[in-house]
Amino acid sequence: MNERALSPYTSSRGALWGGFRDAVGVPALVLFGCYVGFGSIILESGLGLPLGLFSTISAWALPGQVVMIELYSLGASVLLIALAVMMTNARLLPMVMTLIPLVRDGKRPRWQYYAAAHVIAVTSWIAAMKRCPSLPESQRLPYFVGFCLVIWMMSMGGTAVGFFLSGIVPQPVSLALVFLNPIYFMLILASDLKNRGRVTGIVLGALMGPLLHHLSPDWGLLITGVAAGSIGYFVSRREKRRG
Amino acid sequence: MAETLSPLWPWIVCLAAAAATYFWRGLGVALSGRIRPTDPIFEWISCVAYALLSGLVARMIVLPVGPLENADAPVRIGAALFSLVVYFIFKRNLVAGILVGPVALAILVW
Repeated sequence: MNERALSPYTSSRGALWGGFRDAVGVPALVLFGCYVGFGSIILESGLGLPLGLFSTISAWALPGQVVMIELYSLGASVLLIALAVMMTNARLLPMVMTLIPLVRDGKRPRWQYYAAAHVIAVTSWIAAMKRCPSLPESQRLPYFVGFCLVIWMMSMGGTAVGFFLSGIVPQPVSLALVFLNPIYFMLILASDLKNRGRVTGIVLGALMGPLLHHLSPDWGLLITGVAAGSIGYFVSRREKRRG
Repeated sequence: MAETLSPLWPWIVCLAAAAATYFWRGLGVALSGRIRPTDPIFEWISCVAYALLSGLVARMIVLPVGPLENADAPVRIGAALFSLVVYFIFKRNLVAGILVGPVALAILVW
């Protein structure tokens, strides 16, 4: 982001376009690529493109979508699938709880926040956490929504393109695109290593995530987040107290 | 399984997954009411968010669900570390980091 990008926009509409422009480029391309991978999973599952698109529209959170298709293919019960998807997507709770206070503007009706929460993704969350503090309150939600709309559209396009392409491209290419999602999340975390608390939470989370999964596939991730995050938080508190 | 005979079944599963996903989003809005960005709890929740995301990423690489099970664990972990190393060597170049890991994985499983 250049220096000009750190000043406010002239209007709410300008902020919407600003979010739009910030998303066009690497975020849009990466989301597109990740969802091309999802499209290939949809094709292999035999579920059909309408269902794939419906999933990307109604439950836009890729790791959970992959888990849903996988467990469905294995013939799991609907309750088991819902629980696994829920546990996979638990990150959305703390993401929403930190985004909404940042984009809140007393003049808006509450439903707008409930609608905006539906399109929170890791990419747009990180972008908004960086950009919104430099914007007036009235421009924050429009910026966020502008950013989300681009990557959401790209996700839908990617789902469709992946569905049609995966029969043509070699399987390792489809696999590489499925791998893009964790790699992208990992590098987003690596680019945001600001204070010692967060770094501690990220490193501990990476170690505990797979370990606790063996203890409890359902609750392991949630416990990882709360435990590793809390330790990270106490580390950052101690650092602040020392000055 | 009897349910798979119904053409509606996958859509019901998809709706259940959508509800399970929106549960966190809606709950997040409901609980965020009194939180301000300057509160200590805000910093705690963001630490939890980062740790949860990190745990998920590690799980997706080490213990994936789905097609990535077809690549061996050393290949997945090696390709991920390669991405990370290239990202930092090229002065935090996101594009370089994003490209090399998946490309390395594709070559190794070819």
